[in-house]
Amino acid sequence: MVKVFIYPINSLILADLVERFGHRPLSMMNQIREKVTNIGLDSPPINITSEDPKLGLKYAAIEVPAGVRGRMSLIGPLIEETEAAIIVENPPANFGCVGCNRTNELMKYLVRSKNVPILEVKYPESSEEARDFVSQIAEFLESLPKENSEESNKADKEKTAEEEDSK
Amino acid sequence: MDSHILIFFQVKSPEAKERQKMTEIKKEEITKVIVISSDKVLPSDAAMKIYESEFPVTVKETCFGLIVTGPKEDVLSVAEKIRELDKNHIFIKDRGFPAGDERRCRASRGGGPRPGFHFLREEVEMLPAIGAALDDLEAKGCVKEKPEEKRRLKVSELEKVIEAELSR
Repeated sequence: MVKVFIYPINSLILADLVERFGHRPLSMMNQIREKVTNIGLDSPPINITSEDPKLGLKYAAIEVPAGVRGRMSLIGPLIEETEAAIIVENPPANFGCVGCNRTNELMKYLVRSKNVPILEVKYPESSEEARDFVSQIAEFLESLPKENSEESNKADKEKTAEEEDSK
Repeated sequence: MDSHILIFFQVKSPEAKERQKMTEIKKEEITKVIVISSDKVLPSDAAMKIYESEFPVTVKETCFGLIVTGPKEDVLSVAEKIRELDKNHIFIKDRGFPAGDERRCRASRGGGPRPGFHFLREEVEMLPAIGAALDDLEAKGCVKEKPEEKRRLKVSELEKVIEAELSR
């Protein structure tokens, strides 16, 4: 099982396809869940604190808008975990919380410079294009190793050790 | 007599119960969005299936499918059960906020689409085509078809084309 970064980062189709072919999608939703369902909310309602743009400084300079740094504080840790990536060009509705073009460009740049296997496909607009889209993604995902990678093995071991400690 | 004493010590005051609750490690709760784009399964069928399964999860029916919140293991097994109803036409993704969370629920935000709905709606329009593509992929059993190689047109085929054009 490989951790696959997806762009758009909240895509239903990509997250589902990655899970369907036995890998783990790295999506924004998990990051948000950790942020908003934390027992100790530092800054209600959605727990965005002044620490977040500071965390984002690791990925973007101080002159960059705070919104980019805030977003990168959530997306950056995902990029660090990335073992493979699927980038979809021209997604139809790239606005709202994930519509920051500067963050998206930075995100794609960081993923591309990571030297991991990347699939870049165009968002489908017809059923023929959808067939190509799915077959390309399936081929890419099936070419990735099915066993757990070293890093995820380590993370699992650490998790089990923590669980044992807590018991 | 001893058993009475034991029972007396086991009964805890409401404050002690509250304290115990606070110190208990909360089970990891997750939320899944189940989008149904099937001709065979309706969101209400899927919801009924979850009620029948008796998993301790919260289910919310929406216009595109369901939102399921609960302990991780239960939600994952529920999601797998629902996917089995129509494997290639039911799509699942994680969601950050729990079902009916006030920070996202339209009832408490004064109406209008909730954040994240627009992109979901765009993707939902594409789901029938994606489902059909997954059906094709499953039927053919191979990942990709080999495109036909380019070759010269045969004389007999050219004759057929000319005849078809002339007979119009």
